[in-house]
Amino acid sequence: MSRRPEAAVLTAPGTNRDPDACLALELAGANPVVIPVTSLLDVRSRLSDSDMIVIPGGFSYADALGAGRLFATELDHVLGDHLSVAAADRRPVIGICNGFQTLVRLGIWTREGYRLALGHNVDGVFTCEWVNLVPDPMTRCIWTDGLEGEVACPVAHGEGRVVCDDATASALMETGRVALRYVRNPNGSRGDMAGLTDATGFILGLMPHPENHVVSRQHPGFRRGIGGGLGLRIFENGVRHAGR
Amino acid sequence: MTAVHCLMVVVRGDDPRGHALLSDAHAMGYASLQSVTISDLIFFQGGLGSDLRSDLETILVDPLLQSSTWFRSAGLEDETSLMVESVLHAGVTDAVAEQLLRVARRKGWPVHGVVTGRRIELRGEIPHGLREILIRRLMVNPVIEHWVVDSLVEPVFAQSASEAIDVADKGVLIEKPLPAGMPATEAIHANRAVHLPVRTDSDLEALNRARGMALDPAELDAVRSYYAGRGGVAPDIELEMIAQTWSEHCAHKTFRARITTTTGDEIAPLLDQLRRATTQIDARYVVSAFVGNAGILQFTPGTTFAVKCETHNHPSAIEPFGGANTGVGGVIRDVLGASHRPIACTDILCFGPADTSDALLPDGVIHPRRVRSGVVAGVADYGNKIGLPTLAGAVLYDPGYVANPLVFAGCIGMAKSPYVAERPLPGDRIVVLGGATGRDGIRGATFSSATMDATTGDVAGASVQIGDPITEKLLVDLLADGRHLYRSITDCGAGGLSSAIGEMAEGIGAEVDLDQLPMKYPGLAPWEVWLSEAQERMVVATADPEPLHHACESLGIHCTDIGAFTGTGRLVVRSSGHPIVDIDTGFLHDGRPTRHMVAKLPQPNRIGAFSGAPHLSEGGLGSPTSLDAMHVAEFETILLELLSHPNIACKAPVIRRYDHEIRGATLVRPLVGEPIGGHVIGHADGTVIAEPLAPHGIALGIGVNPWFGMTDPERMGQSVVDEAVRNVVACGGDPDQIALLDNFSWGDPRREETLGDLVATVAGACEAAIAFGAPFVSGKDSLNNEYLGADGGRHAVPPTLVITAVAHVPEASRTITPDLKAAGNALLVVGMTPVAFGGSHIALVRDIAPSSAPPFDQSAPARYRRLHAAIRDGLVVSCHDISEGGLAVALAEMAIAGNLGFDAPTPPPTFRADANDPLRGAAALEVLFGEGNGRFVVEVEQRHVAAFVARMSGDATVIGAVATGEIARFPVFGEDGMSIPVAALRQAWIGRP
Repeated sequence: MSRRPEAAVLTAPGTNRDPDACLALELAGANPVVIPVTSLLDVRSRLSDSDMIVIPGGFSYADALGAGRLFATELDHVLGDHLSVAAADRRPVIGICNGFQTLVRLGIWTREGYRLALGHNVDGVFTCEWVNLVPDPMTRCIWTDGLEGEVACPVAHGEGRVVCDDATASALMETGRVALRYVRNPNGSRGDMAGLTDATGFILGLMPHPENHVVSRQHPGFRRGIGGGLGLRIFENGVRHAGR
Repeated sequence: MTAVHCLMVVVRGDDPRGHALLSDAHAMGYASLQSVTISDLIFFQGGLGSDLRSDLETILVDPLLQSSTWFRSAGLEDETSLMVESVLHAGVTDAVAEQLLRVARRKGWPVHGVVTGRRIELRGEIPHGLREILIRRLMVNPVIEHWVVDSLVEPVFAQSASEAIDVADKGVLIEKPLPAGMPATEAIHANRAVHLPVRTDSDLEALNRARGMALDPAELDAVRSYYAGRGGVAPDIELEMIAQTWSEHCAHKTFRARITTTTGDEIAPLLDQLRRATTQIDARYVVSAFVGNAGILQFTPGTTFAVKCETHNHPSAIEPFGGANTGVGGVIRDVLGASHRPIACTDILCFGPADTSDALLPDGVIHPRRVRSGVVAGVADYGNKIGLPTLAGAVLYDPGYVANPLVFAGCIGMAKSPYVAERPLPGDRIVVLGGATGRDGIRGATFSSATMDATTGDVAGASVQIGDPITEKLLVDLLADGRHLYRSITDCGAGGLSSAIGEMAEGIGAEVDLDQLPMKYPGLAPWEVWLSEAQERMVVATADPEPLHHACESLGIHCTDIGAFTGTGRLVVRSSGHPIVDIDTGFLHDGRPTRHMVAKLPQPNRIGAFSGAPHLSEGGLGSPTSLDAMHVAEFETILLELLSHPNIACKAPVIRRYDHEIRGATLVRPLVGEPIGGHVIGHADGTVIAEPLAPHGIALGIGVNPWFGMTDPERMGQSVVDEAVRNVVACGGDPDQIALLDNFSWGDPRREETLGDLVATVAGACEAAIAFGAPFVSGKDSLNNEYLGADGGRHAVPPTLVITAVAHVPEASRTITPDLKAAGNALLVVGMTPVAFGGSHIALVRDIAPSSAPPFDQSAPARYRRLHAAIRDGLVVSCHDISEGGLAVALAEMAIAGNLGFDAPTPPPTFRADANDPLRGAAALEVLFGEGNGRFVVEVEQRHVAAFVARMSGDATVIGAVATGEIARFPVFGEDGMSIPVAALRQAWIGRP
């Protein structure tokens, strides 16, 4: 039997969806290991040993100064461009919600020449509800590779609106960077963008929480005979590629 | 003097904060205001070169979203009519400042202090005389910040904090020489603690008033006797500690009091009544009740749940965000203090009507709109950030809550069995975990036990705290699986260390050294340190602190060994090497004389109660004859008005602001049904938590109805227990495995009528709990929710009992929601119980004759068991309890949630002798809008109707069926019927098309 890939789950003070991400990773066949960035010295070496990297949701550093900003400052300090290197090394990286905000602030997309940011939701408040996501057919993202149909899962954020200009939006689309779109846009994101990938296709940053739809009874339509669209499949994709 | 730099950051494009302020201003009548700009101010103390300024801007400013400047002009821009700059008082928790300082330290930047503030610029016309009102009502809160108008605010850095918020002591601190002959152990350094004379009544009364101790004459007398043998003087710190320990908040004096009625009957202490109910029920799943921080339940082997609900009313009244925020933080610590991992929060909020006229607001009271937005934001902020789903709750509006909003915050925790609670042993170290100590929250217990008036906000400024959920999250990470790290644990709540260590030291004694505690800033008197309610702290007793130190170090948590438990029975506290407290723990905990109180029992209107046929009397809506003449259109109008009443209307916009998905264990959500325009809007009755892979779970239900309380307190007690139980049964909870939390928010119980209402309510709640076999396991009373207006009038809250029911859900796969599921299914009413109009919601929207509140239904327990069995057999597809607004509202809510119509031509049985066929007039009004206990609407597939009706032993009536169409037809007026499009019901309920 093949070894279960090891998934490094990076946390900061205020990260809070790490247990949910760990459950999804376990069910998807990985062996999650939580690594607090505050345990500074060995983060880099421990990351080098991992097969995939996960930055889960939460309110790292209380979202002080803007979501993900201080986590990104910290990661930049500790890791430099390690995440991009990991992706180039064909190790899957996923940042969910606060993790996506952190990836954006780390400059994953800015370094590729796309000027974008995650701003306050268009209606100005935190919102928690279920959304449906469609994988973009143009994308080369390994996390959404071959997904049949929609993914159903909740969003729970106040700063999730993808902000960029028209040129950036079309460039992101044309280069297959848009991995997932909202069927109904909950936050005013440009072009209904819910998740973005990088040039390698191994990084996925997304605002919704596929880790909160890993068993079918979690779907809110469960009692109305509506379901499907397990978010678990995204993790299964990541784990499959981590195993290669 | 170090340089101070200010970075001003403004959002590009629309700023939601500006929008919110503008719409609030418009709602308050400042219609000519045109626009608002809000800028964040970040002040840095230190020598910032241009490189560092540029680095800071990179971290702080996202150029796509914000613009920034290091130069802020003092002059007003052309069109600006008002500019207000504010900064937080030093010592008020400021997460941004803390994090920036942390980054600065890590990067080695020469930044010594950070303070954050705000600039608000308004454009448009503001009548000059109203500027100050506008500023105070909408733009600033003097409790936490100071401000300047049309000029530049000066930040106050922490070094001078003691000057900035030196409001904590307005007492009579007269230093007296130490009396000759004082025992050596009482020798207290005059510079560290102040000795106060406690020889005469006038000494004591003056102290009681000046220090806000809120003690009774008999209690002051006990204090005098204790100190009589100690030279007739008492150290200030001991008096403060006694006041907190003996406060209503900590000691529950009223609930432990001997009570005599005005007719001479002796009533058992209220707490004894509640405990006795629990003892009598003797439920095997209760592990611990009324002991420690929370009630403990065990429904299945291997898992226990800790359950607790708290109030945070006074703090929320004067600083809505911080008050609600720390209310949530406090109840989460209660669960940590019961050695459980927190898994969910609940919140029940009572506000004044949002459209309350500004002119009707008593002096010093914050407008209900602002209270609401602050409280909701405070609850959401703490729960979302600490990572707990906020799952069950209620939002209620009544004029009785204008001056005294109520905030009930609950928390559920989970742990692996067995649950072991231990007392400290002599020799155990006392270790404080978590946040640093400051002047925040001093005298919270006495503050919350006193009546508020217009000066409360100013005087009690130090009683308010802002939460820091990230620090508490670290405590959760440390303690949730950390039972091996300590012997005994408690949280720091009201009374701070004095209460936490005081309680742990009861009967054993302790020695504490205050010098070891990490402080937020210098300059606190010892008594302030000892009493500080700085948030996010826990106290543990452990024989070996080493493993704890290591664990804290790796998580970045302050961990301070401040002393040991001794076995002497005395509590000794030292500061700078001098003993400043040396008190007998026996006196501290048992020295308080039992209160003796008098209650005048209510004499509620119980017309028709015993015939089971409440009726409308002459007047009000009209005599039965004129009711008979009422056209169907009037009934339709009433229904639409009820659906749009703030108590009944859709709460989805509030619920969506709470994360209810985190942990992935929310099986029945607070919002249920078919998405409308992408949003699920239907309300659940109860909610269910089940770990993603677990076969079973727990259901949470809330019962609250102050309108019954204003009509008939005893029946409120019965009815809210019934409602909470009904809610958990409706979603799949087992009626034979339910535990209850009781939370009473009341006016001043020293008024005989107010106490009488409380006595009647407790009696009603106990009766219903015993009938259901549902024991109370934990509770909290918040009394003195009164506001003394400038006119001398007292504004007390309506009698408000909140019951939280926690039930075992044996099969997670058999949980039920209220949204209609499929056309063709039968609709049934379960429960043939009398209904009434007293305290009903139709009485809030129509002038209705005085009437009784609905009686308790003794047959409800058996009915709920049958219904639960039917649910477990898979016979039920939807179930909704009938409560506010009666059957018509329940049916409408099911239709709206499921986005399906129904055709219900057959009325359920009525108790009226004059019921006509088809139903019209008084009988129709009663069937549609009467409120009663013990009833549900249930949706059953046609193939299961016979089995379901048989299972319910004749206690269920088919009234019609779910329909494909978009029309809701109600069971009155026969063939022509009362038919309303579901879209119209929905529009009324959500307030827009």
